[in-house]
Amino acid sequence: MAKVDAIIGWRNLEIGCAITEPGSSRKLRTGDWRSQRPVTDRKKCIKCGMCWIFCPDIVYSPLRSGFYKWDGEYCKGCGICAHECPKDAITMVTEGD
Amino acid sequence: MPKRVGIEVSLAASEAACAADTDVVAAYPITPQTHIVEHLSELVADGKLDAEFVPVESEHSAMSVCVGSSAAGARTFTATSSQGLALMHEILFIAPALRTPIVMVVANRALSGPISIWNDHSDIMAERDVGWIQTFAENGQEVFDLIIHAFRVAEDPEVLLPIMVNLDGFTLSHVIEPIEMLSASEVKRYLKPYKPQMVLDPKKPVTMGPVGMPEVYTEAKRQIEALLQGSKKVVVKAWKEFAKHYGRTYKPIETYRMKGAEVVLLTMGSVSETAMTAVDRMWDKGMRVGLLRFRLWRPFPLQEFRRAMRGVKVLAVMDRAISYGGLGGPVFTEVRSALYGTFEQPQVFGFVAGLGGRDITVDMFEEMVKKAIRYAKRGKGPTYEMIGVRER
Repeated sequence: MAKVDAIIGWRNLEIGCAITEPGSSRKLRTGDWRSQRPVTDRKKCIKCGMCWIFCPDIVYSPLRSGFYKWDGEYCKGCGICAHECPKDAITMVTEGD
Repeated sequence: MPKRVGIEVSLAASEAACAADTDVVAAYPITPQTHIVEHLSELVADGKLDAEFVPVESEHSAMSVCVGSSAAGARTFTATSSQGLALMHEILFIAPALRTPIVMVVANRALSGPISIWNDHSDIMAERDVGWIQTFAENGQEVFDLIIHAFRVAEDPEVLLPIMVNLDGFTLSHVIEPIEMLSASEVKRYLKPYKPQMVLDPKKPVTMGPVGMPEVYTEAKRQIEALLQGSKKVVVKAWKEFAKHYGRTYKPIETYRMKGAEVVLLTMGSVSETAMTAVDRMWDKGMRVGLLRFRLWRPFPLQEFRRAMRGVKVLAVMDRAISYGGLGGPVFTEVRSALYGTFEQPQVFGFVAGLGGRDITVDMFEEMVKKAIRYAKRGKGPTYEMIGVRER
């Protein structure tokens, strides 16, 4: 249930709080959970796609250039991409710094 | 006119679920509920009931299957007792949250330990707050009728909540009584086919039971509370309709010889018939004693109860369950709370009796009433006490 969509009164909830539209998890913008964000150094990046494969929230998407685009709307800042990167090209940077 | 037959109350309960044309039964046998599901499996095996009988490996699974089958749009019935009900505990909360109108019979039995297969209300009182509508039957006819009524209420689009119909294990479940059995065609006039409002269907997929973030959890709880409180009018209306169809009238609260009564005895379940005998005997002795019994326990019939208590000076509440370390039995504490701050608030005294199959006699009811009168005159008494307990 998306945070932005959940701000409704109890009378308007679906029967049994069911989700009736497929793909509604897109509306759950989990980016605001994040305290750290991954920053990729493209000089070190070898375009292997490990960040894209390992990300549990499908935050990375391949670009035509071979690099990967990061989506801050959904990234929870878990750091798995930084941990898995074989070239240590990804650094976790504290939000607000 | 339906025929009156002599039948074991457990079998009558199964016949009621059969007459209601139940689609799915998922149950695990446990004393003293066993005869109910045993007979239902016979009815399915003999082709008398066109239903899926799911013989599960535990009550946790039984309730899980019931939630699933009800979510798929099937009219669903189950029955359990005591430890089985306790094992269902976590799924019991999910059934109302998913709005699955399951009907379950609970053959009330004590909880361990020590192990007891005998009757009291400790199993159901531990499940008081799970969000189910809860009714209590006094006799076999009422068991049959309350099950039919339960389907009608549960499946009402304004309710869509599960219901537990409580009957006392052994003292009611295993006795043979003359019962007017309604046939499936007679029940059909009262109970329309179940029309699910939200259904699991591959043609129109939905997600049931997603996580409730802090932004929505409170609202989800508020909705169930509003539905359960609001279900009372549907419960009452369905009883009125029942009376029109079959001539038997039921109300949330049953009273007996309350006119002019100064002291009232409050009971639940089948022991109320013994209490009636006690009340008759006390009137013969010149004591002005009435009897009040809850048929509807959840939602709590507050207005009806307060109305019935007008002019009553002393109330003796009998609980068949103990609330360890608390202020008295669950019925007592709730009833006293219901009367707090009312005009002419009576003095309320609590008694715990009939635990784990201990007989409750006419004399014991008289003892409770006499004690309540004595404490009231004195202006004080114990918060609550246990009746019939040996001190040495």
